[in-house]
Amino acid sequence: MASNLVQITRRGFGETMRKDGWWWQSLAVFLGFSAFIVYSTWAAFQGAHYTFGPYLSPMYSPLIWEAAGQPLSTHSWLGAWPSWMPNLPLPITPAFLILWAPGGFRFTCYYYRGAYYKAFWADPPACAVGEPRHEYRGEKKFPLILQNIHRYFLYVAIAFIGILAYDAIAATQFKDGFGIGVGTIVLTINVILLGSYTFGCHSLRHLVGGGCDVLSDKPVRRGLWNWVSKLNKRHMLFAWMSLFWVGFSDFYVRMCSMGIFTDYRIF
Amino acid sequence: MVDYRTEVSEGMVVLDAVHQIQAESAPDLACRWNCKAGKCGSCSAEINGKPKLMCMTRLDTIDVTKPVTIEPMRAFPPIKDLISDISWNYEVKKRIKKFKPRPPDAADGTWRMQQSDIDRVQEFRKCIECYLCQDVCHVLRDHVKHEEFIGPRFLVYSAALEMHPLDTEDRVDELKDEFGIGYCNITKCCTKVCPEHITITDNAIIPLKERVVDEHYDPLKKLVKLFRRK
Ligand code: SF4
Ligand code: SF4
Ligand code: FES
Ligand code: FES
Repeated sequence: MASNLVQITRRGFGETMRKDGWWWQSLAVFLGFSAFIVYSTWAAFQGAHYTFGPYLSPMYSPLIWEAAGQPLSTHSWLGAWPSWMPNLPLPITPAFLILWAPGGFRFTCYYYRGAYYKAFWADPPACAVGEPRHEYRGEKKFPLILQNIHRYFLYVAIAFIGILAYDAIAATQFKDGFGIGVGTIVLTINVILLGSYTFGCHSLRHLVGGGCDVLSDKPVRRGLWNWVSKLNKRHMLFAWMSLFWVGFSDFYVRMCSMGIFTDYRIF
Repeated sequence: MVDYRTEVSEGMVVLDAVHQIQAESAPDLACRWNCKAGKCGSCSAEINGKPKLMCMTRLDTIDVTKPVTIEPMRAFPPIKDLISDISWNYEVKKRIKKFKPRPPDAADGTWRMQQSDIDRVQEFRKCIECYLCQDVCHVLRDHVKHEEFIGPRFLVYSAALEMHPLDTEDRVDELKDEFGIGYCNITKCCTKVCPEHITITDNAIIPLKERVVDEHYDPLKKLVKLFRRK
């Protein structure tokens, strides 16, 4: 093969002839993700104020056990926090039992991968901008080769959509019967955005039909493929909207539970 | 880097300015071009640091009150001025298994296929081989993995063959090993620079990565295959 490849000169970190603000996009992604990580970690450690009446924060759903020391709500699947749970130096809350699933799903998502490789790892910092490291393994070798398990996280994520849809329906069951509050709408938008994100997944697109070269003789799969492809086109948009809204939903329920927000009943 | 000055007028593209400089002050300034219509893929360069076709970049889209930099594509060895040696690309293409259609569907040696099945690869066939995507890809440009990675252009080419409804060849193993699809970290710079607006990463590379997962990294699929073979 061409032996003159050695003549290619590499650029140093941040070196580029680009004259536009190439750094702002990576910076925005960096700040956006960081803000979410900080908030969600903080919220997960709270172990309190994750429910308010019929509402359950999506960061605590499914609520397998009620958090230690919390009164039993209608949301808990198996009742109170079990006594056999080990006491660790850092408190574990019900959030930690489930957050690995959506966390892992987003961490291995094709869109997020591309975005955080740029924003957090500067690989590359932006298109046509020099990199800090010369060594490169990409996703061909360990550890990033593990990103290929994404489809397994997808299976779990689809189950979570079902659970969150149930939560949104449950959010209409007030003490005095059926009703719609601002929180019901917040949680409904949450499951719609999360669904739009999850059902636009590249792995799902492949599984429903992308893996076949001929779909004209498989009407159901062709329909699904077209539908997933449509959502997939806006995958980045839904990734951000759903990320923001999950955080906001938790915040809303938390603020209501703490008595800072008043939840208005619309119906 | 050499500085040239030239007068610009309305409607000019970067390639016009280069030609004007050739005519006025630098008759030996080397540049490739052919169609001046964005269809031959010859005039690729880096304009103010961004990989672009010179003939499709209008001067009114860039700030000409400051000096404009035009460089050859940096992911390939330089030859002279704006020309770099793109022959590596031709070598890569030869390594990809050719189209191998199934036996003809009709007695007259022709095939039948549905438009909806061929739609998917139609997009990939718009490629004009300008190699701008190869140029911007950091795997080639910054990590010089030319020996281990075929680059976005040839992942698009592989996708066009691999997803073709008539094709019977299997290129998944090469994609994983010699063609190094795993080096792509889906940062989408190739998609951003493609003058034909091919959705390289989302429609070609990721679906191929998923096919590689099917064959090599999905433990459940492997198990199923094991039983099917028996
Ligand atoms: S998406 Fe992949 S092929 Fe395209 S520029 Fe980025 S690393 Fe290269
Ligand atoms: S895929 Fe697009 S950028 Fe790459 S060579 Fe073809 S036309 Fe050029
Ligand atoms: S690719 Fe983003 S969720 Fe699967
Ligand atoms: S001269 Fe043909 S693409 Fe620019």
